[in-house]
Amino acid sequence: MPVVMDADRVAKSLTRIAHEIIERNRGIDDLRLVGIRTRGVPIAQRLAACLKDITGTEVPTGVLDITLYRDDLMGHDVGPQPLVRSTEIPFDIDGRDVLLVDDVLYTGRTIRAALDALIDFGRPRSIQLMVLVDRGHRELPIRADYVGRNVPTSKKESVRVHLVEIDGRDEVEVA
Amino acid sequence: MKTLLKGGRVIDPVAGRDGQFDVLIDGDRVAKIGKGIPAGDARVIDVPAGFIVAPGLIDMHVHLREPGQEHKETIATGLASAVAGGFTAVACMPNTSPVNDQAGITQFILKRAAEAGLARVYPIGAVSIGSNGEQLTEIGDLRQAGCVAITDDGKPVGTALLMRRALEYASMFMMPVIEHCEDPSLKGDGVAHEGAVASLLGLKGIPACAESIMAERDISLAELTGGRVHIAHMSARQTLRAVRDGKARGVHVTCEVTPHHFTLTDEAIRGYDTNTKMNPPLREEADRQAMIDGLRDGTIDAIATDHAPHHADEKALEFDKAPFGIVGLETAIPLCVSRLIEPGLIDWPRLIDLLSAAPARILGLPGGTLAEGGPADITVIAPAAAVTVRAAALRSKSKNTPFDGWALKGAAAATIVGGRVVFVNDAVAGAERFQ
Amino acid sequence: MGDLTMLRSRHLLGIEDLEPAEISLILDTAVAMKEVGTRSIKKVPALRGRTVVNLFFEPSTRTRLSFELAEKRLSADTMGMTTAGSSVVKGETLIDTARTLEAMSPDMIVVRHACSGAAHVLARVCRSSIINAGDGTHEHPTQALLDAFTIQGRKGRLAGVRVAIIGDLAHSRVLRSNVLLLTRMGAEVVACGPATLIPVGLGRMGVTVTTSIDEACEGADVLMMLRVQHERMHGLFLPSVREYFTLFGLTAARLARAKSDAIVMHPGPMNRGVEIASDVADGNQSVILDQVANGVAVRMAVLYLLAGGEQNEGA
Repeated sequence: MPVVMDADRVAKSLTRIAHEIIERNRGIDDLRLVGIRTRGVPIAQRLAACLKDITGTEVPTGVLDITLYRDDLMGHDVGPQPLVRSTEIPFDIDGRDVLLVDDVLYTGRTIRAALDALIDFGRPRSIQLMVLVDRGHRELPIRADYVGRNVPTSKKESVRVHLVEIDGRDEVEVA
Repeated sequence: MKTLLKGGRVIDPVAGRDGQFDVLIDGDRVAKIGKGIPAGDARVIDVPAGFIVAPGLIDMHVHLREPGQEHKETIATGLASAVAGGFTAVACMPNTSPVNDQAGITQFILKRAAEAGLARVYPIGAVSIGSNGEQLTEIGDLRQAGCVAITDDGKPVGTALLMRRALEYASMFMMPVIEHCEDPSLKGDGVAHEGAVASLLGLKGIPACAESIMAERDISLAELTGGRVHIAHMSARQTLRAVRDGKARGVHVTCEVTPHHFTLTDEAIRGYDTNTKMNPPLREEADRQAMIDGLRDGTIDAIATDHAPHHADEKALEFDKAPFGIVGLETAIPLCVSRLIEPGLIDWPRLIDLLSAAPARILGLPGGTLAEGGPADITVIAPAAAVTVRAAALRSKSKNTPFDGWALKGAAAATIVGGRVVFVNDAVAGAERFQ
Repeated sequence: MGDLTMLRSRHLLGIEDLEPAEISLILDTAVAMKEVGTRSIKKVPALRGRTVVNLFFEPSTRTRLSFELAEKRLSADTMGMTTAGSSVVKGETLIDTARTLEAMSPDMIVVRHACSGAAHVLARVCRSSIINAGDGTHEHPTQALLDAFTIQGRKGRLAGVRVAIIGDLAHSRVLRSNVLLLTRMGAEVVACGPATLIPVGLGRMGVTVTTSIDEACEGADVLMMLRVQHERMHGLFLPSVREYFTLFGLTAARLARAKSDAIVMHPGPMNRGVEIASDVADGNQSVILDQVANGVAVRMAVLYLLAGGEQNEGA
């Protein structure tokens, strides 16, 4: 399986993105990170660590489970319900700049659900999106503000993101 | 008109007969039983190998529902069910509407039965007017009209005093009092056997001693009066013990058990199928075992079905609200063969005694044996026939059986009443010879 | 992935049918659902377009409202039917009522009925998922689930927790569901009530049975009080309210026999001064109001999981 990002590249991407975030937002006082379960969560935490290294500021980081907002739940034939895990956003997002963090951007449907969910938590000033990998094939008008790496893929391929916190190693593969 | 049944296994416990014999029927009587009877001018039926030729089976406890509840069963449909189940005679319970508490109703039942022309019907009269437990019926009159016993079945005889008088009075006519043993206060609004299963299902229980307490009362009263009491549809091991003790003391007590009580336990009510709701309720495994012990050791005299048809709409209710009872006539032989004979618990002569000779003996009926000159009421049984119970295919007007879909062994091949073949089982190979 | 992600049945008729993994799945899902109730917009679109009928043949306030709220928080369309003024009082049978409702194609029917097994009857004839909201004296599965959720929330676990269930054991569907659930999850259960109100065979369900409330309270982590209905208070079950409270009421003195961090639960509605003293009911060990709040989360979890339907081959 071709490796498109190794541990070093993942780390460098996060550092680069952290700088872009600071630049784009002219400071990070109002920034709030929200990682989308499952692999968006450690990525958000690492990004927060990078931001702290650079600025010395702790960026509040939350966890979002978008299962209850998935568009494939409704009006479909019965089938197993995806597992719901808890959402933890222990801060107010009203008037803040919320950065959604996920591992792979593909059809855009997950992000659509995440946007719906976030809006139920309050009215942020802006919502931005960071992904580790953008593999294309969007089905909705959604794009990422920060991308670790653009990886052109065919729909038949699958992109596998491995992270130390979950999988024991950092690596992105295309299969 | 003569018919010769050639070469069947004739089992007649009363005559002490069990072997290959020919049976010559002349008109409505048995003319001769023996080996190598010459056919003469008789129609010869070669009984298929392995088939049993038995005295007609008698179900001493059925509910024919007519008059009054013809949506559940009529005498005609009930008797069609009886002959399909191999019964040449049934004794029908008086809890019709109106109750069979006077000769006119008895006569009506007998008239309807004669019109049906299938199995014989022996009506059982009520102990008390309206079965209300207050005033004795005209028992002599009922006897005259054709009743063979009295009972307030559906409920117990209201008071000990009334039971005492009924036993005394009925003894003048040599009639047993058949008792539905149940202490009403202990039964309460119970719907299932009081035990772990009912507790788990949240169903109100009927304790086993609701039955045995009443049986003890009645056995004591039979002892006091010298009358004859017959304990209907016994279900609890405590009751069996009471009967056993009574018999040991020489009390005139007899009893019956239903096929469902020696086949099923309260485990069957899990799932709340109202076709497992009956009274007395299905009890525990220890009770079921006790019933089998009683069948083996002779404490239990008879097997009766307590055939209790109910319309599908009446059963399609919550368990609490559905009526008690199941149909039983057409599943009796398969259950007896599969659950008693096949596992070797009892032998064939004993089964024929339980299903034929004993009911005749208890109720004082003709039949129950194949005697030269006696009535030609004969049940031909195919013991090895494989049957699958199909509720929808039952001849009874009601289909309320918990045995739907059960694969069993043993069936009535043909039923002969008064020399007439009234039923041939077209699902049994070889039975067509009786056509 | 060995983790269970759905229930085996499309119905929830009782705890009896649930395996421990299924119970855990419901409780885990309820954690996420509870969080939804803390948001400013307490509603998620998960069951948008689904219809749930609340069929209550027996008066109920808290269970009905709790289900309604759970359904609404999941964006289901809900319809309610209570017996008063309905066709049921005109003699319609349960099955006919259910079939009539089915003709309107609901996805789920939540049923409360005075007869044990009523939910089973519906499950046999309905295409919809049936959720038992209490059937006679049989089961009340969502109550046991919310009780377990509450215990787990307070004690961090169910296994090894000592739970004393005290009151009218014979007529309690809450007892049956709780005994089934708690024993399945490894809790230690002591059931206590007057001898006239102990169901036969309860001891065979893996619980210790006692008629001494002091014994039941001793060392307990959880004291779960059951409601004693007024109609049982006279006549053959119990001689009087006064004697019942004397013998079986939970007082501060009795509570003191339990562990110091023991919690007091009650499925409600409470009879103050009958099964529980007011100071205990309102005291700081009482989690009775938590139970109510948790009820919504647990019912959301059940509705959500059942909306996935029945497990099919290869799913």
